[in-house]
Amino acid sequence: MSDIETFRAETAAWLEANCPPEMREPVVDESDACWGGRNPTYKPGQKEWMDIMAEKGWTVPDWPKEYGGGGLSRAEAKVLGQEMGRLKCRSPLSSFGIWMLGPALLQFGTEEQKKHFLPQIARGEIRWCQGYSEPGSGSDLASLQTSAIDQGDHYVVNGQKIWTSYADKADWIFCLTRTDKNEKHKGITFLLFDMASEGVTTKPIKLISGASPFCETFFDDVKVPKSYGDGISSVVYEENKGWDVAKYLLGHERSMISGQGGSGGGSLGAKFADQIGRDEMGRLDDPMLRADLADIDIELLAFRAMAERFGDTFKAGLCHPAQPNMMKYVGTELNKSRYELIMTAGGSEVLEWESEATNGGLTARDWLRTKANSIEGGTSEVMLNVVSKQILQLPGA
Amino acid sequence: MPLFLNEDQQMLQDSAADFMKGEGDVAHFREFRDKNCKDGFSHDLWKKFAEMGFTGILISEDEGGLGLGHVEAGVVLEQIGRNLTPSPFLTTAVAGVEALNAGGQAMREKYFPGILSGDSVLAVAIDEGAKHRPDQISMAATREGNGFKLDGKKQFVVQGGSADTLIVAARTSGSAGDDKGLTLFAVDTSSDGLSRNSVRLVDSAVAAHVEFDGVIVDADAVIGEVDEGDAVLKRMLNAGRAGSAAETVGVGAGSMDITIDYVKGRKQFDKIIGTFQALQHRLSHLYSEMEVARATVLKAQQMLDEGSDKAELMISVAKAKAGKAAALSVKEGVQMHGGVGMTDEYDIGLYMKRDRALAEFMGDANYHTNLVAEMHGY
Ligand SMILES: Cc1cc2nc3c(=O)[nH]c(=O)nc-3n(C[C@H](O)[C@H](O)[C@H](O)COP(=O)(O)OP(=O)(O)OC[C@H]3O[C@@H](n4cnc5c(N)ncnc54)[C@H](O)[C@@H]3O)c2cc1C
Ligand SMILES: Cc1cc2nc3c(=O)[nH]c(=O)nc-3n(C[C@H](O)[C@H](O)[C@H](O)COP(=O)(O)OP(=O)(O)OC[C@H]3O[C@@H](n4cnc5c(N)ncnc54)[C@H](O)[C@@H]3O)c2cc1C
Repeated sequence: MSDIETFRAETAAWLEANCPPEMREPVVDESDACWGGRNPTYKPGQKEWMDIMAEKGWTVPDWPKEYGGGGLSRAEAKVLGQEMGRLKCRSPLSSFGIWMLGPALLQFGTEEQKKHFLPQIARGEIRWCQGYSEPGSGSDLASLQTSAIDQGDHYVVNGQKIWTSYADKADWIFCLTRTDKNEKHKGITFLLFDMASEGVTTKPIKLISGASPFCETFFDDVKVPKSYGDGISSVVYEENKGWDVAKYLLGHERSMISGQGGSGGGSLGAKFADQIGRDEMGRLDDPMLRADLADIDIELLAFRAMAERFGDTFKAGLCHPAQPNMMKYVGTELNKSRYELIMTAGGSEVLEWESEATNGGLTARDWLRTKANSIEGGTSEVMLNVVSKQILQLPGA
Repeated sequence: MPLFLNEDQQMLQDSAADFMKGEGDVAHFREFRDKNCKDGFSHDLWKKFAEMGFTGILISEDEGGLGLGHVEAGVVLEQIGRNLTPSPFLTTAVAGVEALNAGGQAMREKYFPGILSGDSVLAVAIDEGAKHRPDQISMAATREGNGFKLDGKKQFVVQGGSADTLIVAARTSGSAGDDKGLTLFAVDTSSDGLSRNSVRLVDSAVAAHVEFDGVIVDADAVIGEVDEGDAVLKRMLNAGRAGSAAETVGVGAGSMDITIDYVKGRKQFDKIIGTFQALQHRLSHLYSEMEVARATVLKAQQMLDEGSDKAELMISVAKAKAGKAAALSVKEGVQMHGGVGMTDEYDIGLYMKRDRALAEFMGDANYHTNLVAEMHGY
């Protein structure tokens, strides 16, 4: 057996032996995932699963071991993902720290910052939120106004963020602040601070899905130390160079969000044929819906191939740096189309918003949630602008 | 295996790109179209394909070929698509050879030397109606002495006019719609009772209507087993569909590139039209579709080379996805060229015509979408 196949066999055996049965049931929605943090709410099996995976470094399989990762190669990490998928093991930890801040620290952080912050993320001890958007600065993020004034050994932060996902539940924030009013992109600083600091308040915003996963976040004379001791700076990279970090992080965020395009398990058509009924030839008995479902099955399989190619070329350094924007565009638009069809196929049943039979309108709420996919982390239109400019090099884009 | 070309495949891509651009570019295509040549391609160029080794890409090294796989065949086909290179490569070196690879040694020894030298041209005779319906084949092959007698008609036999040998699917038992009862034959086009009517297609390629009127073939013309031709046919179709999907990606990518170039040069309203966001977003959407199509086709070819039992599903996904992406590319291409997109002088319309013909070859996007539903059991 080749090394990788030995690794596959051992991994599968370990997962079988260690994954709690509850963690092999599908995740119902975002709140059903394990987010860790200082004030966690665990469902049965979640903490055990997170801890035992963290011990192996497999909450972040491809991070270096010294920062709490698994130190796996691209091929091994791919195998781990495949085996977890095959055995229906849940992801042990959902985290903005893993998806966004971690990669940015690995790229731009000092050794002290990496040693301090990364293991906390890997073990699910600190839950992070992302303070980017402001009421006046969405797509044009670099116009942000939240200020951080240098006061010697600390900054004083004032301003307002919006759409801060899970700000009310997060422990720390990675926040874009303005440290130079005379510059746009070159006046932004990437700052890390505790959400328990005096002067930070959050106010949940109710969404069309009925949930309130994100907040308005207010900063009122918040004192942010320049150092957390032992050379651990609160600024990532350098003052006024936060835009470089922000952009790099957005690349990871976009790749991550695009992953939704490939989610959703097996064939949608096969699933709905069983529910809706079949004709005497065994075909789904609504021919127009059948055609739409087959189209989506094709798009899903095609997108999965694209995601695999994207991952492989990315790791090999062969991928255009703007390619995550393309992936985000395609993946999120596909996820929206998929949910449109799930609603169509579900008919009147999935319209029930509160009944027990629909688990409190879960499908309808998920359908509404997908509409944010092409807004959060940069809108589809902004993705197309970036592709036009950076990949196609169209003039004036 | 990572989902990108390895170093050897990259080198093959470079040499195929140089070759098609140097020897078989759009100017070459126009030359052969305009002189109204009867075969629609240059036999000299086909000889050069052989010198490059391309005609033996799917023939084993033991038998004198390159012994490569469907990924490599696709690499060559993408360049053919990009340059609109007229050649019988897809029907001969991909579909034809793959059918013969399912045949016995004697058969391979008979046909491979001519293919390797570039003297031989093969065509596949499957379709009997305007749409690709291989499960509905009704052409009859009845036992006669030591061999078979073929009676019936085939159409859309691409390169059928210039081919010396046809790979013919006919019924030796059962009736249209049955899985079993098909047999594949290698038939000499000079056989008595075989007549061909060549027709020029919208893309200037030449296809034939072929009539079989009591054509007698020996038992050794059978490829594989009698009545078990479905397996050989499947193998040939898999190769041909994956290959034509790769060529389709080439056509779509070529058309996209010339369109992007065009919008970077044309001025209206005192501005380069490529600065208008209405065009930028559509081009970026097109780019995304082409990228997804390319990944899908490569995945299907890798799976076919690995012998995966899901390869057939992925080939249908690839044929459908590549077909849609390339169709979008040529439509947007003509539109964004404005009035000149309608002229024969500009190349974009040639891509549109090539895409249309390629879409029909071995099943269009609708056909393969239906297959995907069937393979998923609905
Ligand atoms: C579910 C969800 C979670 C989020 N989580 C977070 C978070 O945790 N932290 C955070 O900081 N932010 C978060 N956001 C905010 C998100 O990043 C912004 O909503 C997004 O960047 C768009 O900004 P906006 O809402 O101000 O829209 P606008 O920028 O006002 O856009 C409105 C419309 O105009 C279009 N548009 C704008 N500019 C252009 C252009 N140049 N060309 C063409 N069209 C254009 C847009 O595409 C969009 O369709 C989240 C958003 C959602 C929906
Ligand atoms: C078959 C045919 C018959 C014709 N007959 C006549 C005739 O009898 N008399 C006559 O005078 N003309 C005639 N025309 C010309 C026709 O009116 C022009 O082709 C048409 O106005 C487009 O101009 P153009 O070809 O210069 O394209 P362009 O203006 O160069 O356009 C190229 C592309 O850029 C796009 N574009 C241009 N400006 C913008 C913008 N501001 N925003 C977004 N996109 C933009 C266009 O939509 C197009 O996709 C004919 C054309 C054809 C094809």
